Amino acid sequence: MYKKFTLPLTDEVLKDLKAGDNLLLTGVIYTARDAAHKRMVEALDHGKSLPFDIKGATIYYMSPTPARPGRIIGSAGPTTSGRMDAYAPRLIAEGLKGMIGKGSRSKAVKDAMVKHKAVYLGAIGGAGAIMSKSIKGVEIIAYEELGAGAISRLEVENFPVTVVNDIYGGDLYEEGKAKYQVKAS
Amino acid sequence: MREIQAGDVTNTVARLFEHSCHYLPPDVIIALKQAREKEKSPVCRDVLGRILENVEIAGKEQIPLCQDTGAAVVMLELGQEVHITNGDLYTAVNEGVRLGYDNGYLRKSIVNQPCFARVNTTDNTPAMIHTDIVPGGRLKISILPKGGGSENCSRLTVLTPAKGRQGVIDFVVDLVDEVGSNPCPPVIIGVGIGGTTDKAMFIAKKVLLRKVGEPSPDPEVADLEREILERVNNLGIGAMGYGGTVTALAVHVETFPCHIASMPVAVNMQCWCARREEAIL
Ligand code: SF4
Repeated sequence: MYKKFTLPLTDEVLKDLKAGDNLLLTGVIYTARDAAHKRMVEALDHGKSLPFDIKGATIYYMSPTPARPGRIIGSAGPTTSGRMDAYAPRLIAEGLKGMIGKGSRSKAVKDAMVKHKAVYLGAIGGAGAIMSKSIKGVEIIAYEELGAGAISRLEVENFPVTVVNDIYGGDLYEEGKAKYQVKAS
Repeated sequence: MREIQAGDVTNTVARLFEHSCHYLPPDVIIALKQAREKEKSPVCRDVLGRILENVEIAGKEQIPLCQDTGAAVVMLELGQEVHITNGDLYTAVNEGVRLGYDNGYLRKSIVNQPCFARVNTTDNTPAMIHTDIVPGGRLKISILPKGGGSENCSRLTVLTPAKGRQGVIDFVVDLVDEVGSNPCPPVIIGVGIGGTTDKAMFIAKKVLLRKVGEPSPDPEVADLEREILERVNNLGIGAMGYGGTVTALAVHVETFPCHIASMPVAVNMQCWCARREEAIL
């Protein structure tokens, strides 16, 4: 059911991903939520560079619980992606290839994914303990003052996600729902 | 008169929050297992399996179930014979939240000011405290660490009384349809009907304290709960919105008398990660 998959996402591999595919990701992803997104877009507006190379990158919408002593990270499940919709199209245009979160995206984000070839991957909301276990390395790389909202570079191993939006306009939320909806008689 | 030490309130609140963020109530786990059996979509069965695996890891390895350990909602039923000594009650509750979120390595998600600076208070206080004064000499403390994702999908409306039972059903079902995957389905839906608007919101939240799967004692209300649940599950949203037959684990409805001109309807949305605990002092 789950396909092992090594990051980064490239235009070549994105061709093979379809809404509904289950993947186990291994490689590097970056965490960022609303406040960090706001800063990144402001940086772009001022012609400044971003804290990491956005080309080919995958961003995880997540801010964890504090790590217990002896651990590198706490609970680490996704946050609601809709709050990043205002910023995502800009980053996609800059070369962002993957976004991991939960919940539906706006039309503007979906259009940008098709136009610039990027995917939206769903992680299981609330399953922060499982995802914590597949994170093997954590390094805060920017906006430390945002606390849990800082940008971190994560090394993940077999991190479970499901393709929600692919580069062809496929949308698991819509397709899945249509399949199981019971129309009123 | 019964004396309760403020320090006991603090320690109890701390323990409840720390524990609840690592262990789901048994009735919620049973409901999730039943959902996995009932679910027709293999994708959602897999999601529910992972959710149950997550529940196990959280307890065993002491990793919070979800990274959003919520706003600290505290509902108190304070016996009128009780006298709190060595401190005041609300300070004791907030101290408990501070202690529990710190000891439990829980995320602090409260900002001091909603629409200006939004600076984190760093200890998850203030708690959202509701108090009912009741007869007797005991203090019942119920807590809900309430995550933002599902709380953000809550809603209030005031229907004309002519809309009746059907109006309530349509309002709830349309809301669940609209919010889709955002509240981390399968959800538990708290519905408050009646009262004034503030009362409706409050009972919609309070009814989430009821055990999952326990119907309302009022047969008419229980029947309404059943019908809303069926309609919601017919939407096809499924676990995480990936398309399936179990979108909600339960619908809990509470009613309250109201004005002749009104019918407030409130929905408080609760994700599958339905953490709640209680203790009686
Ligand atoms: S809605 Fe619930 S399960 Fe989902 S992220 Fe928020 S608290 Fe966690």
